[in-house]
Amino acid sequence: MTSRNTQNMDTRVKDKVSAMRAAAAPPADDAGATGSRSRLLGLIAPVGLVVLLACLPLLNLSIPGVLPGATYTPGTLHLLALAMVMAGAALSYNLLFGVAGLLSFGHALYFGLGAYGLGIVMEELELGLVPATLVVIMAGIVLSTILGAVSLRVTGIPFAMVTLAFAQAGFVLVRKNPGGLTGGEEGLRLPTDYVPDWLVGVADTRNLYWVALGALVLAFVIATWVQRSRAGHVAEAVRENELRVQVLGMRPFLVKLAIFVAASVIAAGMGMVHLLLNSGAVPHTMSAEFTISLLLMVVLGGVGSRWGAVAGAFVYVILSQRLAVLAQSSAIDDLPAVLAIPLSEPMFILGTIFILVVLFLPGGLAALGLRARALFSRRARSQLADGERTPGDLVQEDDQRS
Amino acid sequence: MSEVILLAVTGVGLGAIYFLVASGLSLIYGLMHVLNFAHGVFLTLGAFLGLEVAQRLGASTWTGFAVSLLVGALAGAAFAALTERVLVQKLYNRHIEQVLVTVGLGLAAVALFDGIWGTDPRFPRGPAWLSETTTIGGANIPNIVFVAIISAAAVLAAVVLFLKHTRYGMIIRAGVENRAMVTALGIDVRNAFTLVFTIGGAAAGIGGVLASHHFGYVSPMLGQTLLIFAFIVTVIGGLGSLIGAAVASVLVALLQQFANFYLWGTGDFAVVILLALVLLTRPSGLMGRKA
Repeated sequence: MTSRNTQNMDTRVKDKVSAMRAAAAPPADDAGATGSRSRLLGLIAPVGLVVLLACLPLLNLSIPGVLPGATYTPGTLHLLALAMVMAGAALSYNLLFGVAGLLSFGHALYFGLGAYGLGIVMEELELGLVPATLVVIMAGIVLSTILGAVSLRVTGIPFAMVTLAFAQAGFVLVRKNPGGLTGGEEGLRLPTDYVPDWLVGVADTRNLYWVALGALVLAFVIATWVQRSRAGHVAEAVRENELRVQVLGMRPFLVKLAIFVAASVIAAGMGMVHLLLNSGAVPHTMSAEFTISLLLMVVLGGVGSRWGAVAGAFVYVILSQRLAVLAQSSAIDDLPAVLAIPLSEPMFILGTIFILVVLFLPGGLAALGLRARALFSRRARSQLADGERTPGDLVQEDDQRS
Repeated sequence: MSEVILLAVTGVGLGAIYFLVASGLSLIYGLMHVLNFAHGVFLTLGAFLGLEVAQRLGASTWTGFAVSLLVGALAGAAFAALTERVLVQKLYNRHIEQVLVTVGLGLAAVALFDGIWGTDPRFPRGPAWLSETTTIGGANIPNIVFVAIISAAAVLAAVVLFLKHTRYGMIIRAGVENRAMVTALGIDVRNAFTLVFTIGGAAAGIGGVLASHHFGYVSPMLGQTLLIFAFIVTVIGGLGSLIGAAVASVLVALLQQFANFYLWGTGDFAVVILLALVLLTRPSGLMGRKA
């Protein structure tokens, strides 16, 4: 009697478990064949895009109004490379904010650490580019582990403030120019002696462009890997319900710290490319405004979406460059002051767009893309039916009790 | 000795300005759980409008100074109330979106101030007495410091009296304690939200005018720079605690002054280290309720 009962329970539990597994698994396509086909298609699009981007310096394409010139000109390549660097940084921010639900206002600290760190290590330790890169990555791991461990003692809004304070300390430090290392307000110049010749100079912008593209692809791969790893899944679970994860015997703190360190290291890597690309580092790369611009890109693209973060960064970088050009045009100058003053400030326009996105399009560009795909694909329609994720759904709140 | 007195008194003066910003932040967070990134913008608007009005009425007269304080307070209050009604209330109870909206507003408003008043700092002039000094125990202390301390103390007293002895004050205090219960009793907390923003904006506006005289300049970034220290102050003091904010303001400012003078200009680091220590030992702040 007892044994049959337990057996019964066993099968019931098994049923439940398999049902849960089925629910947790991504929605299966109709047949295995279509599944592998769509996976193949899902791989072709990104690879094709990367190949296209890699060929741009060899092509003579112009998109008037969007790019400043033909695609082989150094100016355009520099702009696109900058967008790629920012896209990589935005991906790392998305890992924090979109995956782990950690709203940080101090992410610029690690980007700035990469930029300043690489310059200082090459200059002071007289190391070549590659060994210096490794030293800076080690420094990034150590610093983000220490500061992450302190700031993760709190969650939600207090976490945002604490990370802001740490980044501010870094910002003050680089502006103070301790020991003449950081160059103060002027910023640090790239020590060109330790950089291979093919990465220095305006004529070599295309090489820098390819380096930036490579870094972005690497950042994307790492971000995807972290998100799909065990730690990524647990982090998502912690975001939804931390107590339940603790009850299951896992340690949310360590998982969040791991994601924090991974995001910081990616940011430091992109900061290093930024140093090479701009032949120097300025205090702005460590400022709160820089973190806020990353936040802007991620929210613009759609929080939690990797492609959204990349798209958001491209839109942000190209828009701010084009708006700055537009601000100096005579078309704006001739307007009455009431219109001319707001329109000549790119940040005013971007800030306003950001507010409108938060108010009216919480899913960002990714939600727009999903709606467009829903016209053609059933899977996108079912995703849409699940409801859009808004930034607020993602962040752990410390005040759920009230 | 005179050095110590000078540093202590100017530290308290700086703390007074921090408090004027942090009090609003702390009240807003306590009641609404919104981290207001646009708070510095209220301050900057108050400072600029106060400057403009003082110039029209004669910057060196006491009337000009008094009116500039009043205009600063009104400008901050109006901007804050408008922000709450138009942007924050639309996102009722969605705290992260509320933060994001204030971030966007902060960016847009700073850029707008850049466009209107230019990026270069402007230098306010006040009554001659303000830029003179008074000697206490051998230390020559700028008179603006006393004005800042008295103003902050007056604001603290006014807000505490308001919270303790008026109906709306009671609703706000109850809301900080347990918002769900207040709503369940049939009281519309949303008016209290607007009120808290208005009070915070007014305090920030006064802080803006005083800060412009204390630091000797106004620039579009003035508010956002002060805002970061105000954040630190609110975390150290305990989010939602007004008295905590007052104590932490003075503590942070004194630490900053003394570290800057005796420890080779490391004031800002000392403050961040203090923040880390407070978080490690008391994550909810000096006077915050246990989380």
